[in-house]
Amino acid sequence: MSVPATVQTQEFDVERIRADFPILHQQVHGKDLVFLDNAASSQRPQSVIDAVSHYYMHDHANVHRGVHTLSERATAAYEGTREKIRSYINAASTAEIIFVRGTTEAINLVAQSYGRERFQPGDEILITWMEHHANIVPWQMVCEKTGAKLVVAPITQDGELDMDAFTKLLTDKTKIVAVGHISNAIGSVNPIKEIIDLAHKHDVPVLIDGAQSMPHTQVDMQALDADFFAFSSHKMFGPTGVGVLYGKQALLDSMPPYQGGGDMILAVDFEKTLYNELPAKFEAGTPNIAGVVGLGATIDYLNQLDFNAVAQHEQALLDYAQEQLATVPGLRIIGTAKDKASVVSFVLDTVHAHDLGTIVDSEGVAIRTGHHCAMPVMDFFKVPATARASFAFYNRHDEVDVLVAALIKAQRMFA
Amino acid sequence: MDLRDLYQEIIVDHNRSPRNFRKIDEHTHTAQGFNPLCGDKLIMYIVLSGDVISDISFEGSGCAISVASASLLTERLKGQTVEEALKTFEELHTVFTSPDEPEDLEALGKLGALAGVRAYPSRIKCASLSWHALNSALNSGGVTASTE
Ligand SMILES: Cc1ncc(COP(=O)(O)O)c(C=O)c1O
Repeated sequence: MSVPATVQTQEFDVERIRADFPILHQQVHGKDLVFLDNAASSQRPQSVIDAVSHYYMHDHANVHRGVHTLSERATAAYEGTREKIRSYINAASTAEIIFVRGTTEAINLVAQSYGRERFQPGDEILITWMEHHANIVPWQMVCEKTGAKLVVAPITQDGELDMDAFTKLLTDKTKIVAVGHISNAIGSVNPIKEIIDLAHKHDVPVLIDGAQSMPHTQVDMQALDADFFAFSSHKMFGPTGVGVLYGKQALLDSMPPYQGGGDMILAVDFEKTLYNELPAKFEAGTPNIAGVVGLGATIDYLNQLDFNAVAQHEQALLDYAQEQLATVPGLRIIGTAKDKASVVSFVLDTVHAHDLGTIVDSEGVAIRTGHHCAMPVMDFFKVPATARASFAFYNRHDEVDVLVAALIKAQRMFA
Repeated sequence: MDLRDLYQEIIVDHNRSPRNFRKIDEHTHTAQGFNPLCGDKLIMYIVLSGDVISDISFEGSGCAISVASASLLTERLKGQTVEEALKTFEELHTVFTSPDEPEDLEALGKLGALAGVRAYPSRIKCASLSWHALNSALNSGGVTASTE
């Protein structure tokens, strides 16, 4: 992501950061692990692992249900994370923080609870060509039920959102805009503030898929004025199986529950059930308590980082990676947006991405190969699959060198 | 685990110059193989004369393992009966998926080179893609086979 040139930051001590992540210090096939698959799922610092095991060793009970000590402790930890998240993303109220399984569930929740209720035949849902399947399929499902139409804003050859086309596609028929903050497949950063302001001029609410931005940057809900914002804990150094849907309170209040069950009710008889208030209304059943507790520890960890320094380090990694990869003969980088997160997708002319994945793994390097759950992006660039190296703040420059050497080895193998 | 067990010369060669890589317009059977995990997509074309596979070919794109496997398949099965072809499919399937070490790889001839995927579970789908397509072409007259 771009960094304001005027910001002065202290030296970023990557070795100190790496010391916090035990999983990084191991060998794979006899080689030091080089983990470059962070966009799929990143790793956890020791403090998060400790928080989860401490919770299970000392505090576990069901939440919101008991008057006994453990239940109160578990509830305090669970609700404590909600406040940490609220503060971290500067939401106006904890009522706006809904715990879900992840980005996918958050988007499905909005599509079903917000969309299915309101959309009519002829209404339009505006997304972009670079969305993850999680921000395509839930909308298609709603279209099928309601007769609304999915409209897709095109991207340019560089992999940037075509803002002129987007602006034209945003009309009175548009009932919601759903856009990824950062593309997981090619790293492009979308101008979400501009998109939100544009949509609001038409009174259209905006959902931002923040799955890929939360690991790289801090986002301020009130400054951004997003109506919905979805993210996953596991991509931002927290436990798997938990994520957050942020939604403006007035919108969430106006929406029916997504699932029925325990915790989301005030009173049940067989005639009628009285739904609970926010956020409980959207949290039916026993949640992933340990995951939420771990996510709280993740926020504590992120809060002690200097995000300007993180951004500079990641930008330097991205620049170095793109520069070094460009020296590999026959390598083509897919996605050359001006504003990019530390995600590099590429193809080699002589080696299929899938074979690359296996070969570089034998050198200890973990990259993702395939369509990255973004088949339309692959189709757009006319490639069946790409290899993708995605960097987190704990990655080092010399890991780029190991990757490049492994790619050369793969090429030799197929020469 | 040596990578050369997976990417044997035969595999590299058949990937670089796949045999029978063309469309047969006058096919009697066809089926598509699709691996949604990695985007590999192959189409098999078969000409059955009575019970004999008198011609067989494929087209598409995929990783080295899936392309080489399809190429080796066409090379092996041309001239065989449907029964023989399905028997080879079964034998290879067992080699890929059985927890026991294969006893007689020699008997598989060149196809034995595909046994390297046993050490790479995520790649078994690549090696078996064309075979699943073949199986569905012969058994059901041509629907899309998927490795999922
Ligand atoms: C941009 C984007 N959106 C949505 C998702 C889905 O996230 P999850 O699988 O955690 O629900 C991902 C993760 O793959 C992603 O990268």
